Amino acid sequence: MEPSHDHTNQSTTSLIATANRDHMNCDHLLHRLYAIQKQFHHIPKQSIPALADELKLPVSQIEAAIDFYSFFHRTARGRFDIMFSNCNSCGDMTMMQYLCDQLNVVPGETRSDGAVSISDASCIGMCDQGPALLINGCTITQLSNRRLGLIAAYIQDSVPLEEWPIEWFEVHDNVRKNGLLLSDPFEPGSGLLSAIKQGAETMLANIDQSGLRGRGGAGFSTGLKWKFCREAIGDAHYVICNADEGEPGTFKDRVLLSSHAHTVFEGMTICGYLIGAQKGYLYLRAEYRYLLPSLQAVLSRRHKAKLLGKDILEQKGFDFDIEIIVGAGAYICGEESALIESMEQKRGVPRVRPPFPVTCGYLGQPTVVNNVETLAAAAQIAVQGGDWFNAHGSDKSAGSKILSISGDCLTPGAYEYAFGVSIQRILDDCGAKDAQAIQVGGPSGTLISPDEFERTLGFEDLATGGSFMIFGKDRDLLKVIQNFAHFFAHESCGFCTPCRVGTTLLRNSLDKICNGKGTEYDMDEMRRMAALVKRRSHCGLGQTAPNPILDALERFPELFHERLVHSDFEPHFDLDAALEEARQLTKRDDAEAHL
Amino acid sequence: MSTITIDGREIPFKAGQTIMDAALEADIYIPHLCHRPGLKPHGSCKLCTVDVDGRSASSCTLPATAGQQISSNTTDLNEVRKTITQMLFVEGNHFCPSCEKTGDCTLQAVAYHLNMLDGHFPQFYPRREIDASHASIIIDRDRCILCALCVRASREVDGKNVFDIAGRGSDAKLIVNAPSGKLVDTDIDRDDLATHICPVGAIMIKEHGYEVPIGRRTFDLHSVAEPGIEPVILRKGKHTDE
Repeated sequence: MEPSHDHTNQSTTSLIATANRDHMNCDHLLHRLYAIQKQFHHIPKQSIPALADELKLPVSQIEAAIDFYSFFHRTARGRFDIMFSNCNSCGDMTMMQYLCDQLNVVPGETRSDGAVSISDASCIGMCDQGPALLINGCTITQLSNRRLGLIAAYIQDSVPLEEWPIEWFEVHDNVRKNGLLLSDPFEPGSGLLSAIKQGAETMLANIDQSGLRGRGGAGFSTGLKWKFCREAIGDAHYVICNADEGEPGTFKDRVLLSSHAHTVFEGMTICGYLIGAQKGYLYLRAEYRYLLPSLQAVLSRRHKAKLLGKDILEQKGFDFDIEIIVGAGAYICGEESALIESMEQKRGVPRVRPPFPVTCGYLGQPTVVNNVETLAAAAQIAVQGGDWFNAHGSDKSAGSKILSISGDCLTPGAYEYAFGVSIQRILDDCGAKDAQAIQVGGPSGTLISPDEFERTLGFEDLATGGSFMIFGKDRDLLKVIQNFAHFFAHESCGFCTPCRVGTTLLRNSLDKICNGKGTEYDMDEMRRMAALVKRRSHCGLGQTAPNPILDALERFPELFHERLVHSDFEPHFDLDAALEEARQLTKRDDAEAHL
Repeated sequence: MSTITIDGREIPFKAGQTIMDAALEADIYIPHLCHRPGLKPHGSCKLCTVDVDGRSASSCTLPATAGQQISSNTTDLNEVRKTITQMLFVEGNHFCPSCEKTGDCTLQAVAYHLNMLDGHFPQFYPRREIDASHASIIIDRDRCILCALCVRASREVDGKNVFDIAGRGSDAKLIVNAPSGKLVDTDIDRDDLATHICPVGAIMIKEHGYEVPIGRRTFDLHSVAEPGIEPVILRKGKHTDE
């Protein structure tokens, strides 16, 4: 087993050092844009034609990508560029405002001296140790007003990030409950040896027999996916590990990549062996950029141990290599075909399916895209056998699931359970009393109420990609739902009409209700729009975006009704607010200038 | 020959055809905006949404397979299409009565076809840029519906790469493939398909406004649901009835 990975022994310098060039293609558009932005604090317009020339890409493709990914900017950000998570679990917007006040910064803008900029970002995956922020791409967790005060002082004094206290940048695993994957010691190479010994056919049958299904949430049979890909004809086959863990409330892949990276990479290599791929990619979300040096180190060790590269474990012709691609802030890239588009240096827009990636994926070739946890499980299955895995879990959901538990409980962190576990059992284990609601599987999953706490986790009841957000009785649940509605409107890729326009309409309706201006009419409209977006959108994002609203309307209708005004109709349009621009232009704010 | 069934009518299809292809050949109209025969299907406007064996699908992208039972011209689906059309109207800035494209505009025609009488939703009033840099072509992004017909026409038919869609979500926008971002710096021609294919008034020819009087325009004389209407739409302003 890899040593626990709390970074305590590393120096801050190595922790926040830019990752080296190993196992990364520096000419990838996203990596080049990152490098340019690092130098200039934004992407200067004049840098684009030269980059287009160099990468042999159309100027428009680069322009299109810059505006697509949240982490790229057109105007200069501060030398200290801060993004606060706005997630229900690892975000705290009052803290963002506090730091803004301390530093005299307007949220979303860069201070006039160019020293600092502060804005917000979708969940950064630190839900067990929030509130959290990213500063120049590095993660700072466990924020308090005291820590923010010190941060403000360092920024005022222009102290380089390398000299900030190391412990601020620590990211803990917080593994609270071990199971099949988290507890088992994994000897690097053991899964590959076993796969080679069994031979590809038998190994594939073993994966199939294990009953392993995709851990990203959709739950497609892993054995079947690999078999389809193996049988598909192409010039090359590819393995992609989807480490774009963007579902708010999820951080279990962060734990696996921190402390079980060998297992994950071994799962990819075994998959490569079975489907006949020579190349694998790990698509890492930009929020986890701090993991790059350690991931690259593991890849280098695997090369030295002949677990990657040419003739792996002395098997003539078994060549496999792994490259890391880092995203740039786009939840949609967790959708497998959008992820492939992003790997192909484009906007992350989900493709039309069929064809599916197993026959036509990366560069049009047969491709397996699997979640981090799926690949780690596959490596363990190679060693322990399909029966070992299948002996755990429930009928339709073999094995275990790692949960990311956050919110109102005593011990947030990673918990691994055999499928079939009840919600109540989980709440007891993490010390959650008086929960009024649980968001199972993140905002795209299911919101449940206390009378459903005997329901169980598994594909037959409550499917989950791992997010488990607990909302105690003192939470403003409608505000939670509003946060999710804003999240989806922000993350919609904009390709199809129902999602592009619908998520914005849903957000606006919910804002109106939360602001105490909603009526029964708005409720009906919201219901109708939610149904349309859910049923008619192009991909999983739109098809699940209305879930929190629909679930809340069904289970907690009083949340909405409490805030309604009792008239038939209230306009969205606020005449006094609309006069603001005129007031600013005329520099007036007296009573006469208001309605 | 294999067949599919649309609204109770059994129609044949050839291997490789989508539901939309088969429907068009059988003179069945399924409302659509981002689709045009001969260009790679896009599947983004979702106006051609149908229910296939109970599941929602875009008819322009879903391959036809034998035995599919498809609902299309139903009250429910036409209501969905009307709502989607309203969504397209309110997210942009559309001024039909003063738009040169009025009467030749497919968005407007589809709206009439679906009996859309208002925008229904609060307007977004986005701020979008006009590009009047080119001597004979103007881009008015206020009316763009992001169908990407111009993007595909330029690449697939004109053999150029003049347009792209940039950005994300409701900030998505039509851009031009030139370092300046201006149309004048591209190799687009007045006679390119990309210049003429815009279903709305987002890409238009300059200095030829209002030559065909209102009342004599494409959709004053034809229904958008008419079989074989596509060439007539493209010929706008020059149609034979003039």
